[in-house]
Amino acid sequence: MAAAKEIRTQIGSIKNTQKITSAMEMVAASKMRRAQDRMKASQPYARQIRNVVGHIADANPEYRHDYMIERETKRVGFIVVSSDRGLCGGLNVNLFKAVLRDAKAWRDRGVELQFCALGAKASAFFRKYGGELVAARSGLGEAPEVQDLIGSVKIMLEAYDEGRIDRLYVVYNEFVNTMTQKPVVRQLLPLSTDMGNDKQDEEQTRPSTWDYLYEPDAKALLDSLLVRFIESQVYQSVVENAACEQAARMIAMKSATDNAGNLIDDLELVYNKARQAAITQEISEIVGGAAAV
Amino acid sequence: MAKSFKCEIVSAEASIFSGEVEQVIAAGVMGDLGILPGHAPLLTELHPGPVRVIHDGGQEENYYVTGGFLEVQPDLVSVLADTAVRAADLDEAAAEEARQHALKEMNDASAEIDYGRAAAELAEAVAQLRTIQQLRKKAGKG
Repeated sequence: MAAAKEIRTQIGSIKNTQKITSAMEMVAASKMRRAQDRMKASQPYARQIRNVVGHIADANPEYRHDYMIERETKRVGFIVVSSDRGLCGGLNVNLFKAVLRDAKAWRDRGVELQFCALGAKASAFFRKYGGELVAARSGLGEAPEVQDLIGSVKIMLEAYDEGRIDRLYVVYNEFVNTMTQKPVVRQLLPLSTDMGNDKQDEEQTRPSTWDYLYEPDAKALLDSLLVRFIESQVYQSVVENAACEQAARMIAMKSATDNAGNLIDDLELVYNKARQAAITQEISEIVGGAAAV
Repeated sequence: MAKSFKCEIVSAEASIFSGEVEQVIAAGVMGDLGILPGHAPLLTELHPGPVRVIHDGGQEENYYVTGGFLEVQPDLVSVLADTAVRAADLDEAAAEEARQHALKEMNDASAEIDYGRAAAELAEAVAQLRTIQQLRKKAGKG
């Protein structure tokens, strides 16, 4: 019966694990809902600020900000947004794969890279992988704040201003739906291409454009607006990634709970077989003994 | 009934206020502003201070912003509020902190490598010990 007892303890420990994973699943499900709300709440600001920047660029075609000018690419900066904790399936791994793929493509063209890691997992990744890490920030928690990101974003923007990087990308997981999260690499700087397209589309559809009164002046306003714009874009990436993290964790924990259930079923079958085998053996021993007497 | 216009106050983290109002009063960098219906399009930076929103019935609501932008369009006023206290030196401090964090991560990298090497050496030593013990057992038996 020793084997049967071992199996019983094994079943017990798997049941405990199952309790933990199903609890984590439920926690992740409720956190995901809140993270999604935060994701939605950050959208109006980004939309408004994009409109305003578009208007200014429209009204002052003669003034081109550095952030709108495409220049020759010698160095590229990446802001990599990851989660702080693990146990969320392949979320971070897929993201890092996307980073490596892009990094390799740039390296092959002789471009140098700089990285900024947001989230503990990204920091740990760059520790192993190497690469020039210029800024890092972890422990953003479930409700990240813009304040936490200002420093890291500032470093990357300074690098851009000083010509140490010529392009800036942000890499994060896009929340497609609860089941699907997709790693995306999005260009932050220079803004020119997509902003230009937006502008043309708007000009064709919008009946009238207007110029603002500026206080203090257009140039200074545009400078600080663009910084806010980039910050809000990075913030949105972080919030979206947080929603992805919870969704991925929910799915991962759900499948872990299901797998534990399957394991328990299998083990119970084995346990019952072992128990019956032991009983049969005992009976045949008794019968054999009686026959001998 | 007085004329009214739409006002939106948004921050990067949440939408704070949205609705029809009669007047908006805010602290711009060049002085306090009162926006009434029909104001010319305007864009200004805001100082930290209250944004007062006066509703149709004369009811007043106060929102405190730590800075941001005020945009006046012909039929819409939007306030892009900062959620964080902004100042050049504070931003610099935050940047420095992020830089230090990165340095620490990279320094930890060397620590990690040392740890890895130490672990490998330890495993090797353990393997050697085990081999010696097995040899001894064999020798004892033989």
